[in-house]
Amino acid sequence: MSILTAVITLGLIAGIFGLLLGYASIRFHVEGDPVVDKIDALLPQTQCGQCSFAGCRPYAEAIANGEAPINQCPPGGETTILALADLLGVEAIPLNAEHGEEKPVATVAIIDEQVCIGCTLCIQACPVDAILGAAKQMHTVIEDECTGCELCIPPCPVDCIEMIPLKETLETWKWPLPEHTHTAPKI
Amino acid sequence: MTEQSNRLSTFHGGLKLDGHKTMSLTSPIGKAVIPAKVIIPLHQHIGDTGELLVKEGDKVLKGQPLTLSSSYVSAPVHASTSGTIVKITDHKIPHPSGLSAPCVIIETDGKDEWTEVSPVEDFRQLDATELRNRIRHAGIVGLGGAAFPTAVKLNPGPDQKIDTVIFNGAECEPYITCDDMLMRERADDVISGIQISLYALNTNNGIIAIENNKPEAIGALNQAIKKSNATNIKVISMPTLYPTGGEKQLIKVITGKEVPGNGLPADIGIIVQNVGTMAAIHQAIHFGKPLISRIVTITGKGIKKPQNLETLIGTPMADLIAQCGGYKDDAEHLVMGGPMMGFTLTTDQLPVIKGCNCLLVETSELQKKSRPTMPCIRCGECVRVCPASLLPQQLYWYASSKNFDKVQDYHLFDCIECGCCAQVCPSQIPLVQYYRFAKTEIWNLERERQKSDHARMRHDFRQARLDKEKQEREERLRKKKEMLAKKQQQENAESGEEDPKKAAIEAALARVKAKKEQAGLTPKNTDNLTAGQQKLIEEADKRRNQSKAE
Amino acid sequence: MLFKTASSPHNNQAYTVDQIMQRVLLALIPGTIAAIVFFGWGVFINIIIASITALTCEALMLNLRGRPIKPYLTDGSAMVTACLLALALPQLAPWWLTVIGTAFAIIFAKHLYGGLGFNPFNPAMAGYVVVIISFPREMTQWVPPLVEGYTHLNFIETFRLIFTGIAPDRFAWDAITMATPMDILKIQLGLELSINDIHQHQTYGPLFGSISGIGWEWINGLFLASGIWLAYKRIIDWRIPVGILGMLFFLSNSFALYDYASFTPPTFHLFSGGIMLGAFFIATDPVTASTTPKGRWLFGMGVGILIFIIRTWGGYPDGIAFAVLLMNLAAPLLDYYTMPRAYGHHWYEIPGYHKEDQDE
Repeated sequence: MSILTAVITLGLIAGIFGLLLGYASIRFHVEGDPVVDKIDALLPQTQCGQCSFAGCRPYAEAIANGEAPINQCPPGGETTILALADLLGVEAIPLNAEHGEEKPVATVAIIDEQVCIGCTLCIQACPVDAILGAAKQMHTVIEDECTGCELCIPPCPVDCIEMIPLKETLETWKWPLPEHTHTAPKI
Repeated sequence: MTEQSNRLSTFHGGLKLDGHKTMSLTSPIGKAVIPAKVIIPLHQHIGDTGELLVKEGDKVLKGQPLTLSSSYVSAPVHASTSGTIVKITDHKIPHPSGLSAPCVIIETDGKDEWTEVSPVEDFRQLDATELRNRIRHAGIVGLGGAAFPTAVKLNPGPDQKIDTVIFNGAECEPYITCDDMLMRERADDVISGIQISLYALNTNNGIIAIENNKPEAIGALNQAIKKSNATNIKVISMPTLYPTGGEKQLIKVITGKEVPGNGLPADIGIIVQNVGTMAAIHQAIHFGKPLISRIVTITGKGIKKPQNLETLIGTPMADLIAQCGGYKDDAEHLVMGGPMMGFTLTTDQLPVIKGCNCLLVETSELQKKSRPTMPCIRCGECVRVCPASLLPQQLYWYASSKNFDKVQDYHLFDCIECGCCAQVCPSQIPLVQYYRFAKTEIWNLERERQKSDHARMRHDFRQARLDKEKQEREERLRKKKEMLAKKQQQENAESGEEDPKKAAIEAALARVKAKKEQAGLTPKNTDNLTAGQQKLIEEADKRRNQSKAE
Repeated sequence: MLFKTASSPHNNQAYTVDQIMQRVLLALIPGTIAAIVFFGWGVFINIIIASITALTCEALMLNLRGRPIKPYLTDGSAMVTACLLALALPQLAPWWLTVIGTAFAIIFAKHLYGGLGFNPFNPAMAGYVVVIISFPREMTQWVPPLVEGYTHLNFIETFRLIFTGIAPDRFAWDAITMATPMDILKIQLGLELSINDIHQHQTYGPLFGSISGIGWEWINGLFLASGIWLAYKRIIDWRIPVGILGMLFFLSNSFALYDYASFTPPTFHLFSGGIMLGAFFIATDPVTASTTPKGRWLFGMGVGILIFIIRTWGGYPDGIAFAVLLMNLAAPLLDYYTMPRAYGHHWYEIPGYHKEDQDE
């Protein structure tokens, strides 16, 4: 008899909480699945394809579908991995070296205009239309538009494109973090 | 006239600091010698750089504009003395980064010859827009240190009614005395500039706010007000408490109001201007002279003869130091600005710029006392002194752990970097640098986000364009195929045969035929032609060849 | 000439951590002397044992954690912990008890949480709670005050007793140790005696002195005086002790007015046990207390309420350690909800407020 009481009590509790959970899932339902957008927003948009996907958006979709790990974006580097880990609630993992290494400083492409033969191959390769020029005409890189993806380098038949580090200006200069930091206690 | 300070409000926190002001107050404002060359950075203010008007080799006269400001928030720079432009190049400028920026380097000829100036007899004849234009072309920026273009500040917009203009003569930072000396010696200029500002802002309530440790300046200004019969200006003496001279703190003290967190003083009908800027406005309107010099306090325990010097913009700091007797042996730090908010420079081969109010030379004595940084013990002293009522230790915590969302939640951008918190920190944590670090990092992240958004947009656009091109190509192909198929069907219908194989072969034959025809092969069907037909064919051939040749 | 760079402000600074700790240690001296005068050499020996243990553990932990030893060892924080704990322990506590308490305080309560500045709990009180829970019998080895009519041990005898546990032959063990006035009061109140009865009791009565117990009133009075000096020098925040003492006074006074016979009067509450040490030296530890002005009021008042509750209804005669530790637990929450209103902002703009709103 007492066992029966226990079973009934437990069953009732289970039923009540089940209903409560069911109600909560309807009441607090989140519309849509913007996670791809959120991931895409965190990716650096170089469209370089180093992640082995055809661009940032496809990679974002792959991450969202659980088909790719979050450590395949060398241009984003550690910052992006941490941001992605934070967004997706997974553990941050170091950058996969197979996809390349994080560049210490941002770079932009520059075309040696003396050497360029005007073949337009780099123009076709540029994912953000940052190269200006036409067939048999000298090409030039619009520095502000260049994402530093390096996709224009392999197609060049005369090897006239070079990556140069972005120059630090008064606008982009950052105060350095003071040397002594005590906030991360070491045990 | 001077009001008693008992009606004033107070701001949270603040510090009573040793003034150290007397050392540079012993002699009147001197005149800095004209250096062998002046280095004039093109960008000395908040806002955009103007377009260059001169080129290397040009002879320039004193006061001649070197740049033209095309955008609204901008200020031109002028040649501060006459001479020849020897170079226009990147030169190190006084900035915490130690970076270089474009500068015009003028070899001076010592004649100090003025360019043509257009003084205004009575500024009341001009309207506010014209006055602002003149102030703008004179390159006047806020001389308190922030260097925000004054003409912009004098134009709060049609919706904003300004009812109070506070003229900031607080000069709350230790060591600095340039405003004090200016108010003592050139009180008339200051009052005249204030009248112009009040007129341009269409208001009758000017308040000169001065800390009560400057009785001479207060006296001189009161006398000047009496002399000019100015009923619209009064001098208020405030208790000496750092940072009373901070814009928001000053507004709180004088009016008891607070500037909204993400707003401007103009939002509550108040504008704050530095008194030095007023003297510059006086020069610009009454004499037509642009801002080519300013008073600089050269002081500190590491300098032999501390004093104030009226200095041409672009004068190398080393020249000023030399004029003040040079460094003492134990000089160790060169600071631009005051001890609380200034930043250290690595070299004195830098030009004086419009925002440079003080050169402070500190000695090694300072460093001996300090120990290595210790961890925060949460003593709360920083909370007690923060004039913006922030929680500095929380800001420090989140800034050092690079939690940039959280640090903004704790109102990082309300921090005025006054240095009070770092001053009282028993653990000697360089708190202000953490805040500056976080601020520049956040700005940088924002820039990067904008850049990546832009790249995404361009990529999406390109993708759309490529897709469209591909679609169009496919469309053309499909249409062609359709047409061919239709033709075939018609032919098939005519010949009564439905065999698709045969139709395909025939289509191929037709294509080959068409190709052959295009290639210029003579059609085979040429037997039994009439003379007229022959002639037509010849003409067609001619046309084809002609078009080919073209 | 090249100049050195440094972060602003370029000005000489106020107190350093070392100076704060030194002043706290300085302020402990008068009360400590009173404790030695009234309760013998045991207090002194405890302080020495605790200090040696604290410095050794501190050096050991700094070494293990790969931290520079000298600046941290000389900052005085370990010494402060040692002294506070030693002053809280019974005068004749065996040496190993002091060692265990101090070692726990430094190793577990301080360094395993990240060392100076990172410990959420007051190390001295954490150490105290560990020993009072683990060794309740040893924690009753208090001595009677050094006045006529009671036994007193000399230095050698005290030293031997602490280190070997062997009491001198000339005294019975029962004569050497004696419950504190607080213990007596608690036990006798539990036995349904009235406050008046206890005060006039043949054996215990004289122990209560003129206010709250011979010796204790002096010790607390001196800690109060040096605590006020610390607050005046702004080494400690005055809000916390005022909150504690004010709350304790308010509650004890209210209850005493309600039932004079069975609730201890406020004078006794405010001058007995470790109250002044706790209010001015322990609860004010900035690392573990609240940092905002309002938070400090609440923190102090919370400690005061808890002390009163534990003393009146709890299982321990003096509840300072538990009260402080419980409020340490609440400090982050207090800080969060008592944030000052930033200039130009509304009071309700608590950090994270908008953020959470957007997330929903």
